[in-house]
Amino acid sequence: MTLEPVPAPPPDVDGPPGGSTAAGSVAAGLAVERVAEPAAPEGFDLEAALAAAAASDLSAPAEPLPLPASARRDGPALNGLIDRMVEVYPPKVARKRRRQLRVNDPESPPEIAANTRTVPGIITQRGCCYAGCKGVVLGPIPDIVHIVHGPIGCSYYSWMTRRNQVRPGPGVANYLPYCFSTDMTEDEIIFGGEKKLAEAIREAHELLHPRAIAVFSTCPVGLIGDDVHAVARKMRKELGINVFGFSCEGYKGVSQSAGHHIANNGLFQHVVGTEEPDLPAVTTPFRINVLGEYNIGGDAFEIERVLTRCGIEVVATFSGNTNYTEIATSHTANLNVVMCHRSINYLAEMMETSYGIPWIKVNFLGAGSMAKSLRKIARYFGDADLTARVEVVIADELSQISAEKDEIRARCEGKTAMLYVGGSRAHHYQELFRDLGMPTISAGYEFAHRDDYEGREVLGDIRIDADSRNIEEIEVHPDPLNYRRRRSGAELAELAEGGLRTKDYDGMMREMPAESLIVDDISHRELEVLIEELRPDVVCSGIKDRYVIEKMGVPSKQLHNYDYGGPYAGFRGAITFYREIDRLVNAEVWRFVKPPWDGEPLASALDTTA
Amino acid sequence: MRKVAIYGKGGIGKSTTTQNTVAGLSEMGKRVMVVGCDPKADSTRLLLGGLAQRSVLDTLRSEGEDIELADVRSPGFSNTLCVESGGPEPGVGCAGRGIITSINLLEQLGAYDASESLDYVFYDVLGDVVCGGFAMPIREGKAKEVYIVASGEMMAMYAANNICKGVRKFADAGGVRLGGIICNSRNVDNEHGLIDHFARKLGTQMIYFVPRDNDVQRAEIKRKTVIDWAPDCPQADHYRNLAKAIDGNDMFVIPQPMHTDELEGLLLEHGVLG
Repeated sequence: MTLEPVPAPPPDVDGPPGGSTAAGSVAAGLAVERVAEPAAPEGFDLEAALAAAAASDLSAPAEPLPLPASARRDGPALNGLIDRMVEVYPPKVARKRRRQLRVNDPESPPEIAANTRTVPGIITQRGCCYAGCKGVVLGPIPDIVHIVHGPIGCSYYSWMTRRNQVRPGPGVANYLPYCFSTDMTEDEIIFGGEKKLAEAIREAHELLHPRAIAVFSTCPVGLIGDDVHAVARKMRKELGINVFGFSCEGYKGVSQSAGHHIANNGLFQHVVGTEEPDLPAVTTPFRINVLGEYNIGGDAFEIERVLTRCGIEVVATFSGNTNYTEIATSHTANLNVVMCHRSINYLAEMMETSYGIPWIKVNFLGAGSMAKSLRKIARYFGDADLTARVEVVIADELSQISAEKDEIRARCEGKTAMLYVGGSRAHHYQELFRDLGMPTISAGYEFAHRDDYEGREVLGDIRIDADSRNIEEIEVHPDPLNYRRRRSGAELAELAEGGLRTKDYDGMMREMPAESLIVDDISHRELEVLIEELRPDVVCSGIKDRYVIEKMGVPSKQLHNYDYGGPYAGFRGAITFYREIDRLVNAEVWRFVKPPWDGEPLASALDTTA
Repeated sequence: MRKVAIYGKGGIGKSTTTQNTVAGLSEMGKRVMVVGCDPKADSTRLLLGGLAQRSVLDTLRSEGEDIELADVRSPGFSNTLCVESGGPEPGVGCAGRGIITSINLLEQLGAYDASESLDYVFYDVLGDVVCGGFAMPIREGKAKEVYIVASGEMMAMYAANNICKGVRKFADAGGVRLGGIICNSRNVDNEHGLIDHFARKLGTQMIYFVPRDNDVQRAEIKRKTVIDWAPDCPQADHYRNLAKAIDGNDMFVIPQPMHTDELEGLLLEHGVLG
């Protein structure tokens, strides 16, 4: 299988350099520059590894680990557990929550209610639309000045302080340590804030001369009707740089998920495909974009390290450890690999339609899963040299961590985990636990949709509610200049036949044990009941639940910011995570959590009957 | 000090009625402050003789927090005190929030202090109760009594009924009560009987019936209230009577707003839709 040859640019058009970056021609014409050749460990049988890799179905869901006896419940007991979780709610709320609580069947995932409004009064983990757009998707890009149009608090609490890391390359500005806000006050609320926004954009430009400025709308902007897009257009003309706005007011949608979608739309409309790469720098056809990787704890550093060893070039990462130019030229990549399906699948779809770049779902978390993801990329490119190199790298990387992993696994195997986090994270990190022989006995997302649980095959059945209609759906057509089909329909079908489905995600449920509990948008109350009943050895969540969990004598691992640890992706990240989990689940300290007044009250109310 | 808010459908004559009534009260020796709560800032022009009043919000923007009461309050006809809240241009920002800000500022500046010896403060509020901000004068006890200007036209009564819903909503929290319906006649058939019935259905009274008279327009062109322009004309006496009725009013109720079909039934009964 080869990549399609590049068509010559139309004669009447100034052919952009990107028009000739097609993989096939570049591979034929240029010597591929690579890092030091990876060496296989002693005794490595390349032929056998290649044969095994070629025979494997890379799109088949991983076999779930069975539930251990401690977490296994029969039908009536499971129903009783669910009853207990919802018994405190009024009947209508309980009915709604039950639709978001499912007993899993990996063979035939049950329909779960997801991406629905949280009932007021329930303590939820969710964030807002603005958090999803500014905080998650756009925020990590270092050389865009991100101006928050709104009151100062909205800016301060979305400041990229420590969560997302970046190593800006030479000549790339890094504005992440800065916090830009229009500091909207009563005056702008009453008289409108458009003038102040224009001034803020001008000021940022004069001070820093950034490549681009992005504007993010907070709640009051939508209420008073400031037109941030009109201001962005005006300032783009005035300043001659890219200025674009996002209508990501916090109240839109039911969670941060709406903000991800809005961010995807904006990046696609205003940045992707707006620049052409420096042609001499393009040295390999194996050029990919990593979508939905935000470099928390340095994950992207480790992923890039391994990909580079394999000879795979990352054009852009959306959006950890990347920069404006990389995103602007990302339409020249030959494959999109999707990490966080929930936050970025819109861009993957739009780039396929517009530029002809197929996408595959990967998971770089977990050593086994990392290896599988690398094999997916190699399988897609179908290059013998690349495929062999990937096998050598996998063998080498695994050999460096396997002894320690086995030692840790011996202490952790059979212990159990729960994960309630993100819109893809609760799925991804299960692979790290799988490496340790720790089954995930219950999991759920904060802001995912049904497809992230049940798989993309349910996409056609998802009811579009009023909250989702609040988000602009943009119409995408093949780009007249830059559409280049990287793989024909027949080739994609052949790949699928051989065990690599593009444009596909099977969801969390298929890889989770039968009769494990799936809980969407979990509340503190429900979490407490689950911990009491199933006594997990670790719960992975975020800061909002951390102390609820720890007060119950169970260790908690934050997967939003890694407790400022990490990286946990890739091979070296995996071993770091194993060590962390070993430290948590085997710590003796948790049995001292029970407070002295738990058994014997230290004080009691006066006895009035005496 | 009695705190009065005048509401009613847009264009029904709230500002005209308010200023003419205030002129009447002032003539009776009452000390009255009028606070215009319309971004157009045209609620006090008859009392000020057309003088362009600097609005509270404009002053706040240009002078910052360092403002004196005299910067935003002007003396008008017969010792009245006039304030315009002001607000953004149409289609921009949030006018309701502006009203909240400007009333807060007036309080901070001491406009309501006992030393000002006010007998009345009148809030002349924009149109219908369109959002939280416009309900500000009847929230938190800024205004204690509400008069609704209405006529026998269907939409005016519809708006009046809606305003009653707002009054009812804030009756517990802010302690606001409805003092009556002022009928500003449009010469609709059976208008007197209709509004009287309408008011009683709402649990209140038609406090006064102001007949239609072109002298009102003539006075307006001269930028004056009727009492100021032609103190001896019959319409001037009507406004004096309205002022007396308000001054002597002791009927303050929580209104019982009607369902739309009930309201339409009332119109049918009085032959308006027939």
